[in-house]
Amino acid sequence: MLLLQANTTALFNAVDLQLIAPELILTLCGCVALVMEVVLPYRKSKLTAYFSLIGIALAALSLGVQWWYTDLPVTGFYGMVRIDGFAIVFKAIFLIAASLAIAISTRYLDIEGEQHGEYYALVLFATVGMMFLGCGYDLILLYISLELMALTFYVLVAFTKREKRSNEAAMKYFLLGAFSSGVLLYGMSLLYGVAGSTNLGEIGQEVGRVFGSIAADPASDLAKLRPMLLLGMIALAAGLFFKIAAVPFHMWAPDAYEGAPTSVTAFLSTGSKAASFALYARILFEALPSMRADWAPLLGLVAAITIMVGNWAAVTQENSKRLLAYSSISNAGYLLLGLVAGNSYGYTGLMIYLLVYTLMNMGAFGIIISLRRRGIIGDNVDDLTGLAQKAPAMAAMMGIFMLSLGGLPMTGGFIGKYFLFGGLLERGRTDGKSWYYWLAGWAIINTVVSFYYYVRFIRVMYLGDRVADDQPLSLSPALQTALVASLVGIIAIGVYPQPLIKIVQKLVAP
Amino acid sequence: MKSLPILSIVTWLPTVGAIIILALFKKTQGTSIKKFATAWFGLAFVASLLLLAYNRGMGGMQFLEDCTWIPSIGARYQMGVDGTAVLLIVLTTLLGVIAALSSWKYIEKREKEYYILLLLLQTAVVGVFTSMDLFLFYLFFEVSLVPMYFLIGIWGGENRLYAAIKFFLYTLVGSVVMLLGVLKMYFLTQDLALTSQITQATKDMLAGNSEAVAMVARSVQVAADNGTGTFNILHMQALGSVIPMGTMQVLLFFAFALGFAIKVPMFPFHTWLPDAHVEAPTAGSVILAGILLKLGTYGFFRFNLPMFPAASADESFFGSFGVRSVMIFLAIVGIIYGALAAMYFVVKRDGDVKKLVAYSSVSSMGIVMLGLFSLNPNGVNGAVLHMINHGIYSAALFLLVGIIYERRHTRNVAEFGGLSHVMPGYAAIFLSMVMTAIGLPLLCVFISEFLALRGAFEANPYWAAWGALGIILNAGYMLWLYQRMFFGTIDNPKNETLTDLSSREWIYMTPLVIMSLWIGIYPKPFLEYIERPVNAVVRQIRPTYPIQGLPATVPPPERAAVTNEK
Repeated sequence: MLLLQANTTALFNAVDLQLIAPELILTLCGCVALVMEVVLPYRKSKLTAYFSLIGIALAALSLGVQWWYTDLPVTGFYGMVRIDGFAIVFKAIFLIAASLAIAISTRYLDIEGEQHGEYYALVLFATVGMMFLGCGYDLILLYISLELMALTFYVLVAFTKREKRSNEAAMKYFLLGAFSSGVLLYGMSLLYGVAGSTNLGEIGQEVGRVFGSIAADPASDLAKLRPMLLLGMIALAAGLFFKIAAVPFHMWAPDAYEGAPTSVTAFLSTGSKAASFALYARILFEALPSMRADWAPLLGLVAAITIMVGNWAAVTQENSKRLLAYSSISNAGYLLLGLVAGNSYGYTGLMIYLLVYTLMNMGAFGIIISLRRRGIIGDNVDDLTGLAQKAPAMAAMMGIFMLSLGGLPMTGGFIGKYFLFGGLLERGRTDGKSWYYWLAGWAIINTVVSFYYYVRFIRVMYLGDRVADDQPLSLSPALQTALVASLVGIIAIGVYPQPLIKIVQKLVAP
Repeated sequence: MKSLPILSIVTWLPTVGAIIILALFKKTQGTSIKKFATAWFGLAFVASLLLLAYNRGMGGMQFLEDCTWIPSIGARYQMGVDGTAVLLIVLTTLLGVIAALSSWKYIEKREKEYYILLLLLQTAVVGVFTSMDLFLFYLFFEVSLVPMYFLIGIWGGENRLYAAIKFFLYTLVGSVVMLLGVLKMYFLTQDLALTSQITQATKDMLAGNSEAVAMVARSVQVAADNGTGTFNILHMQALGSVIPMGTMQVLLFFAFALGFAIKVPMFPFHTWLPDAHVEAPTAGSVILAGILLKLGTYGFFRFNLPMFPAASADESFFGSFGVRSVMIFLAIVGIIYGALAAMYFVVKRDGDVKKLVAYSSVSSMGIVMLGLFSLNPNGVNGAVLHMINHGIYSAALFLLVGIIYERRHTRNVAEFGGLSHVMPGYAAIFLSMVMTAIGLPLLCVFISEFLALRGAFEANPYWAAWGALGIILNAGYMLWLYQRMFFGTIDNPKNETLTDLSSREWIYMTPLVIMSLWIGIYPKPFLEYIERPVNAVVRQIRPTYPIQGLPATVPPPERAAVTNEK
């Protein structure tokens, strides 16, 4: 409606463009990267990677400018885009994920013989999609951004086109992803049907009004809308369960993660997951806050099952990519706890844990990539055997990444989990419901299971005298930088999280 | 004004040493690494001796340190120790030197990593004793698992992988459940309805001196300014006296108790201990038995008793029995079960001596728990002193087992016999430690077991009777073991050529023997260290219990709540 009125003057103005400056920069760089691929000879296509990194740095810079010089929150494009602390934090996470993903990719693509500029362009486009998911405030924009991200990922998963597993994984991912997008869209259309608007804020008001009058008079006509809203909410939730790989919609994840090129797996398991959580949080907290009593138990139940299934299934895995896929399923469960809690602690926990999770998962996949070389896949847990003797620094890093994934104190993982569990306890107190306590207890007991398989990596690296092979690791300066950056981030957040907590709490303060 | 941060120095010195080894030494320089590491442990020991200047007449928390750390969640870098912690820290650093010395020959591979981990372990353990902030405490408490996991897993025996992961996961279960308790306690410190009931008298009593009281007040003020709760341990203890007795307090009690009970280990959570001990290298066993088990009992003393006083004294929550009854029951079962299990390994044809000592630890820790939960000054004093004593004699026994294992590469009781003929020095030390373990008068364990049982007797004569039965069984298997190993003729030709203790072995065994005699003959200085903190804990639980030399001035919390103005 607003859009039509606007047509008479101008569709947008320059101020609006500033709001999406980071995305514009990335889009531009992505287009240039596509051209560079055509112009540059094959052996120089790595230049595209460095160019993309510069693009990300510029986008980060403009994001920083936005954060520093704008009075948050601002909306633009007639309410479609909303820049607030939430958007800034998530965009920062996406940019970190994208830069790490590119840094760990260059060497890997060399080994695979698939060093093409399109790869980096696709990564950039996926990041653009994610970033719009962070700041989108309108169902249409959110859906389009989600599809932009998903479509680029379908291609990325299939990027090693000579590899059978990669193609198979992409096919599975594509079919299930398309299906889940349909479900999601159906939920969105139901919401639109009730609220008559695609703007999240307006939907929130309308749904709040409906529930308010139902509460005042259970027999009112509006009560008939409740089943429709419930169906819409469940469809939305289900669609997003697919995207974050929560049980029972998690089956695609292990296959896709195992088959995809390792660098893509890393990006998929961090960036895409974080973006889906951004979308989730936006819809639940902006459009459906008044349905909390309905969605909180649903999410809580799914989180409890997801944590259990992910952890127990990971215990028996031999392939480290598959193992980390199950670990990422269980981590989706832990992240859901932040949404279930939905208070300041839960919110902070969600964001810090997503950031830390990005760092540690990127680090872990980076180590796995460094084991990859021609002829050796390097993605079995046993391929790490004796790494402590062969490359002590790498082994120590991998050990810390694993302990952090489990949530050992003095690593970032602990701080994230601390906030997530704290949020649940706090919510249990304020709502006076005991199931939050049981959920927290259940989740925390399951972390012990997760330690069993994370420690398995440490066991094979340290607790043996056998060394898998004595060939040198395939490292590149970019990969090493990415690993060290992840490590420093995890330790810094673990030992002195104060600055990060302060920023996050200030930005997401309700 | 600002004095030397002794506690931080004692805590972090080993880490500095680890970093130096990591940075300056090469993998191949095994000899210089072990010399340097041992010297560094000696340095840490000397530094920790400064803590003996603890003012025993004043009591309470001393050597305070307080810095901002994570204000957003109310965690501060706060350190402080009372007399019990001082003794445990000195014991830790002493055993650190001994453990390093005892590993010179035993550890033949990957020395660099070994000594780094040993040093890091010491930081984690000392940190547990020095923390005055629950968040900080929790970090140290959980991180201490990691170096131990490696020590067992890399340098352990045949079945080390199994033992290492079992140790790790078992103790982790307890500490993650404790994390929920920690979080809940933290949120309770934000509950004004509760915190406004805390009386100044309670804080004064728990803090023990004006400086500590001031620190608590400052932490609470800072927390209020930031709109957060606080993790200050003294404040949480004071809070405990006003948490109403009910499901929440009992659940909180068990959340903490599970973490500590697995560490202790109390029956039925003890099954990780024999495996871990049997597989661990000698130094690992020394640290495990000497120090890590004390983290559990120390946790009960520092957290469960003062923080949940009503639950600790409860005898009717579950109808005919209560929380205290459960703890006492498990303690007694542990005492008897541990002793019988240990006896089984002497009777058995090929019993493992290390397993025997491990089970005797289960029994001994039962005595500590019995003493703690008798909830009177005698019992708790005895329990705390028994922690120290157990640290001395069980460490010594594991060292002795290690010495014979280095020579014969077996720990099978049946392999030995008549050792006193070839190794007279070894036999003498072994005898002194066996006598310590069975509680012979004039040796340290006599004092602590006597006190603990006397406390138990004051509480309930039957409990003391069960405890005494355990001690008799204890004497039985220890003497039997000694007889089988050292008396008679040498019937195994392999034992004929054994050499007696080397000078290095004499050096690290002697201090333990001296300590055992010293505490046994003149325990007064040691008891002085722990007396006041113990009295404060007992007072916190039972405000009206008669304590020698201490008037019952503190009013019971129920009455105090009414008179409070706020």
